[in-house]
Amino acid sequence: MLNNQGRPTAAGEATGSAHPTFTGNRALQVEEALLFEIGRADCTGVDLDEPASFSPRLGGLERKGDIGLVGLSEPETMRHFVRLSQKNYGIDTGLFPLGSCTMKHNPRLNEKMARLPGFSDIHPLQPQSTVQGALELIDQLAHWLMVLTGTSAVAMSPKAGAHGELAGMMAIKAAIDAKGEGAIRNVVLVPESAHGTNPATAALIGFVVKPVPAQDDGTVHVEDVKALLGPDVAAIMLTNPNTCGIFEPQIVEIAKAMHDAGAYFYCDGANFNAIVGKARPGDLGIDAMHINLHKTFSTPHGGGGPGAGPVVLSDRLARFAPLPFIRRDGSHFALVETADQAGDVQAFGRVTAFHGQMGMYVRALSYMLSHGSDGMKQASEDAVLNANYIRAGLEDLMSLPFPDHPSMHEALFDDTWLKDTGISTLDFAKAMIDEGYHPMTMYFPLVVHGAMLIEPTESESRASLDLFIMTLRDLALRAKRGETERFSAAPFHAPRRRLDETRAARNPILRWTPPQPIQQAAE
Amino acid sequence: MRYLPLSDADRTAMLARIGVTDIDALFADIPADKLLKAPVDLPRRKGELEVERQLGRLAAKNVPASSVPFFVGAGAYKHHVPATVDHLIQRSEFLTSYTPYQPEIAQGTLQYLFEFQTQVALLTGMEVANASMYDGSTGTGEAVLMAHRITKRRKAVLSGGLHPHYAEVVRTLSHMASDSVVSAPASPLADEDLISLIDGETSCVVVQNPDVFGNIRDLRPIAAAAQAKGALLIAVFTEAVSLGLVESPGAMGADIVVGEGQSIGNALNFGGPYVGLFAAKQKYVRQMPGRLCGETVDAEGQRGFVLTLSTREQHIRRDKATSNICTNSGLCCLAFTIHMTLLGEAGLKRLARINHANAVKLADALAGVKGVSVLNKAFFNEFTLRVPGKAADVVEKLAGKGVLGGVPYSRLAPEAGLDDLILVASTEVNSDDDRAAFVAALKEVL
Repeated sequence: MLNNQGRPTAAGEATGSAHPTFTGNRALQVEEALLFEIGRADCTGVDLDEPASFSPRLGGLERKGDIGLVGLSEPETMRHFVRLSQKNYGIDTGLFPLGSCTMKHNPRLNEKMARLPGFSDIHPLQPQSTVQGALELIDQLAHWLMVLTGTSAVAMSPKAGAHGELAGMMAIKAAIDAKGEGAIRNVVLVPESAHGTNPATAALIGFVVKPVPAQDDGTVHVEDVKALLGPDVAAIMLTNPNTCGIFEPQIVEIAKAMHDAGAYFYCDGANFNAIVGKARPGDLGIDAMHINLHKTFSTPHGGGGPGAGPVVLSDRLARFAPLPFIRRDGSHFALVETADQAGDVQAFGRVTAFHGQMGMYVRALSYMLSHGSDGMKQASEDAVLNANYIRAGLEDLMSLPFPDHPSMHEALFDDTWLKDTGISTLDFAKAMIDEGYHPMTMYFPLVVHGAMLIEPTESESRASLDLFIMTLRDLALRAKRGETERFSAAPFHAPRRRLDETRAARNPILRWTPPQPIQQAAE
Repeated sequence: MRYLPLSDADRTAMLARIGVTDIDALFADIPADKLLKAPVDLPRRKGELEVERQLGRLAAKNVPASSVPFFVGAGAYKHHVPATVDHLIQRSEFLTSYTPYQPEIAQGTLQYLFEFQTQVALLTGMEVANASMYDGSTGTGEAVLMAHRITKRRKAVLSGGLHPHYAEVVRTLSHMASDSVVSAPASPLADEDLISLIDGETSCVVVQNPDVFGNIRDLRPIAAAAQAKGALLIAVFTEAVSLGLVESPGAMGADIVVGEGQSIGNALNFGGPYVGLFAAKQKYVRQMPGRLCGETVDAEGQRGFVLTLSTREQHIRRDKATSNICTNSGLCCLAFTIHMTLLGEAGLKRLARINHANAVKLADALAGVKGVSVLNKAFFNEFTLRVPGKAADVVEKLAGKGVLGGVPYSRLAPEAGLDDLILVASTEVNSDDDRAAFVAALKEVL
């Protein structure tokens, strides 16, 4: 039991350590109580003067009673959140090989640029004459995205990757409706290896999802797609490079087959970082593709957002872009916000208030300007090189489900090599935590048993990769030698031992509530 | 290139270890005629100094809110954010971490999400809140879909006081999903008859409070009428600070509450990133979209936190998921949590009173300008001004005088035919000098 200072109420309560401490702390690893256990209702870390007496005009709808919030002074606030931060693993802590998530270095120049008052302290609805630089920045970023993807339009406003998918699929639906085929074309093909967001997005706007089978080599074959095509098919949603880390070799043929059948090609751009400067999705025949600025262009993941998911559009879809968009007229930039200003564009509506993730746009453009066309190509090549280097260093001990294709930016292993050890992919991942690494992506893609998807990114040095390979080799050998406990009970050295997720789901506790008084609890 | 650690010697040695001679051997699956032979037509790399100069030039073309008397609101508000907030959210371990899929090394993120969910539930007067949405508008779209799932009906009724962008997001999503939407006409005086629009097909009524015109609405009669017909009340807010002074939507009977959290802890950022707040009654928790953080214990019985109830989500349920949402607005919700911690109950209530007091002072001052009237009877920190002539022209002329004096309603909804209304917001950042400058400029331009 903790008291309201976040300290144990009796000595010797802390257990689970070979050398228990009074506080439960372990030197730099300091336990931290919940805000609601240490804060006070009357405490504030913000000095504000009470306004002079006035007559409120709230129409009698003042809040009555206490809200129940608590506050902390500034030093206490600082300490609370710094201690929390120390229980997190970030890219700056070490190698973060989370496949499909692209945990590359987040340059701090980008943070500095995003905080220039001319970008961070402007309102989305102040007169356009006072934000010409902001509109110009968005227009520049749009230009870079179109050139890199070989497309002719981009809808900037989606707030994240999945939101970009939604906007792209809405554009496809609008195009189909415009052709008068809305009642017939309602099927979207989604490979079994796809991100869960793909079928969820399609279903959200009323499409029926049909799976495309995965072939033994980890790719989608054009014959399998053709076999599913018909007048009812609206689109395919295909990730390229795909979630197995392989560039789809038949992508051009698949795009052609879709177009020949009067359907569209949505490309999930989550893995675009592997091919920036090497190939342009527009040349491959895609009609729409979202770009995760937080993956490919290094805007910080921030513990789960905010992201940004602009979606590029082919000529076939460009005129169905959502509102708002920017129209350039010489050196003047106009924001088109409503249908009556949209001209030829048959905007299908609006996917969010205002104009999108400006803070992320600044960071992404700062990354692009820093790298330039040459640096971005090099980054893609280094990301692919690093992934294949890891693969080469591990393939004799761990099993590759698809050895016939080179990996792109991520190397996929399965759990065949763990057979008969009693150790699962999850156990192996938790043992990596003890070695100071964030685990790779586990159990995704679903088409591979016990998947381990390793994406080192271009941010790792050769020495870092060598140590990572040696560490995983050591763990793999121990697994094969039967050192089961090291894995099944891991992690031992993290701020928490393995957490009970089943219990959390069975009896959800989703917020703090005040402890029950003892007499009440006894009744 | 400063971000790339490999040297050419490394690259050569690594290619040899892999067993290929050329990097393009690893790109062999790209059709040969599609592989780019030369860099794309964009500028080459730049040093930090050059990037700073180039972006600095663009930034300098904009007028920051802090540099002028500033009264623009309508869904995003200029508040003072303590320096501590921005310092803490830039801690590496917060900034460069991922969604907490490995909870043993993500307790920092998970614990603040649990604290955030508690703060949001308390503020809104609801039983549970999620770990945030992209923003208030997308959250509103998701709330409508959630109401459809709960009621198994597919018609939403939107108040004419709902922010037009929010209404447009709902209509777009609903149109695409073949759901129906009934939109009440814009109601600057908050005198609409929403109740008559509710019938046995209605899944939800969406009402913003304070509404886009700034009016404070009594949600209780609407909640009662909706619930009597088996529909849900979705209460929306765009100004989270108002919850420090105005009765909570939960106390007024809302079933789902969704709103924009930008006001607490987050900069204006030209519209994003922001943070959507989303709360509901406990009985609807399994129909909620988005991430949820829950309490549990570890193998030694120590309290810890994990993402939970993920069987609602896309990575498990795929096309049967409650939403396609994959992220929350992590760092923005951290900023909210920190700022709310600094404010505390006492600070939030005082901040709300200051906002209201400043808005009352400004409304009275502007109402004294000849030809100008304030429409609102009850408001928090934003109200609607009726001006002679076109509001858009007045706002543009005010900008020419160095005053950013609000949002012409016609910019949000040109089709409404309300061309003479300006939405004016006033927060704690406005001084007596700012108000005097606004009044003087308005007199000059009219």
